[in-house]
Amino acid sequence: MRNAFIKAVYEQAGKDNRVYMLNADIGVFVFDDFKRDFPKRYINLGVAEANMIGVAAGLVLSGKVPFVYTIAPFVTMRCLEQIRVDVCLQNLNVKIVGVGAGLAYGVLGPTHHAIEDIAIMRALPNITVISPGDPWEAYEATKASVRHEGPVYIRLAKSGEPSLVEHRHNAFQIGKGVTLREGKDATLIATGCMVKNALCVAQKLFCEGINLRVINMHTIKPIDHDIILESARDTGAIFTMEEHSVIGGLGSAVAEVLAEESTEKVQFLRIGFKDTFCEVVGSREYLLAKHGLDVPSVSKMVANSLRGSPVQ
Amino acid sequence: MTLHLDKKPLEQDLTVVDLKKLAYRMRRQIIDMAVSAGGGHIAPALSAVEILISLYFRVLRINPEDPQWPERDRFILSKGHGCCALYAVLAERGFLHRDALKTFCQDGHAMGGHPEYGKIPGVETSTGSLGHGLSIAIGISLAAKNDGNTCRSFVLLGDGECNEGSVWEAAMSASQFQLDNLVAIVDYNKLLATGFIKDVMALEPFAMKWKSFGWEVREVNGHDINEVSRTLNEVPFAEKRPSVVIAHTVKGKGVSYMENNPVWHYRLPNKEELLQAYKELNEGLQSLT
Ligand SMILES: Cc1ncc(C[n+]2csc(CCOP(=O)(O)OP(=O)(O)O)c2C)c(N)n1
Repeated sequence: MRNAFIKAVYEQAGKDNRVYMLNADIGVFVFDDFKRDFPKRYINLGVAEANMIGVAAGLVLSGKVPFVYTIAPFVTMRCLEQIRVDVCLQNLNVKIVGVGAGLAYGVLGPTHHAIEDIAIMRALPNITVISPGDPWEAYEATKASVRHEGPVYIRLAKSGEPSLVEHRHNAFQIGKGVTLREGKDATLIATGCMVKNALCVAQKLFCEGINLRVINMHTIKPIDHDIILESARDTGAIFTMEEHSVIGGLGSAVAEVLAEESTEKVQFLRIGFKDTFCEVVGSREYLLAKHGLDVPSVSKMVANSLRGSPVQ
Repeated sequence: MTLHLDKKPLEQDLTVVDLKKLAYRMRRQIIDMAVSAGGGHIAPALSAVEILISLYFRVLRINPEDPQWPERDRFILSKGHGCCALYAVLAERGFLHRDALKTFCQDGHAMGGHPEYGKIPGVETSTGSLGHGLSIAIGISLAAKNDGNTCRSFVLLGDGECNEGSVWEAAMSASQFQLDNLVAIVDYNKLLATGFIKDVMALEPFAMKWKSFGWEVREVNGHDINEVSRTLNEVPFAEKRPSVVIAHTVKGKGVSYMENNPVWHYRLPNKEELLQAYKELNEGLQSLT
């Protein structure tokens, strides 16, 4: 996803000279093309995230469209007040891009994990929160964020994510969830890299006679109310799946819509990290399994829940 | 207990030549840890080897048998990504079993790519997000002053880390609080993650910055164990003032192709490069015997 983002931002910079790229000292060489072709619009602020956000806000006040980029926890939580006051309060056109969503940096430990970022960003007024599911979507989200007026947070995984070819025929639109698979028994709503896993869960449960609908919710704010309510009506059961805490992320956003707007009785479960940091390190796959977020665990959880058995 | 309260660190019979040999062994250990884990920062750890050896074998008043000894000196690796060097020295000093190093970045283990408090004996606080360590050390030093505890706090910072505003907020408060029980050491290897610091966000005049923040400054060759230890054993450099040692170092020190090359901030050697690294370290070690 990182490379897709870098390609998109390079192309956008070629078309629109308001586009700037701000970096806080990560990714040696990855911005070389941008630096070569738009040297004045590439700014590396060193290891200084708070300064980077403030500088970006200043650039917007002078008509620019800055992207700010570093590792996800550092581009959101390290400089949170700058984002809240300088960017969101003034509704400025800063595009915040975090690399290493969820557990992409598994072995580097909790400081480098990002499992609260969606919740924190989502709480801020004016910001749009996007969590692409594959490189194509990261590319499209980057383009769309330039067209969109106002602050945007794009949460990228790292590299080597598989593409979700299934949705290529759908144009990317901020705020519009995408149904990747039709089903009638329940709906699995996922975001980011969990979309791929959701499709695998659906495939697995299909063999067990459970027919899941799968929705890719690439935009978490504003959340797509219609697709949630429609799925609640059609399937009567909704599961959310995210590489993030169950507090405040996709699951919470969906729960809010269901609790306030759904007229149906809906079975509902959030699947994500349960209010915890990772106690040990490990690869992303290892840690997901440990926290019950791998395909077999989620499949079991969904199946048990639908059959009325205890979930864990 | 009188042993611990002695001005000198715990008695070690190691000569400087022994410690220089140890530096070669630790470099090899660091590389092996990262390579077998398939992750971790090598070059940032290599630049801090002699600083850590000096601290753990010549300066810190610590007791591996009792890592929680209340009067112990605290060491905080604020540039947490250099943790392979810390884990290796903790093992050399007996805080950890040598086998524990094999768990570095392995699935299900606590010894990750940044050090975590409460999980590894000898690790005083969790780091990994840059720019936190100095503030935490100030808290520890303030508490020590209030409690009449004679322990001292030593913090190792990266030079890139000194771009963070929080480092300077901390620097300002350390002199306000007259913390002469606090020592900052900067691993000044002139590189950060994306290049040379002078091209990205220059620190110079660096010593003057610290001085103007009320610190007493010394500059040393950060690869000279004698010079580093001697200097660190002279703290506080001035009464009622915090001390800082700017240690001039080489990022990737000891492996020629890693030295001073930004590519190696977070990269692992391939097979050929690994053999080359072993060869250079072995030759270095041989030259001492
Ligand atoms: C707050 C924060 N921002 C960014 C990073 C990512 N990062 C890890 S190491 C590093 C460069 C550090 O350079 P320096 O302090 O000079 O240490 P060196 O590796 O050169 O010893 C960066 C930007 C981080 N760990 N924490």
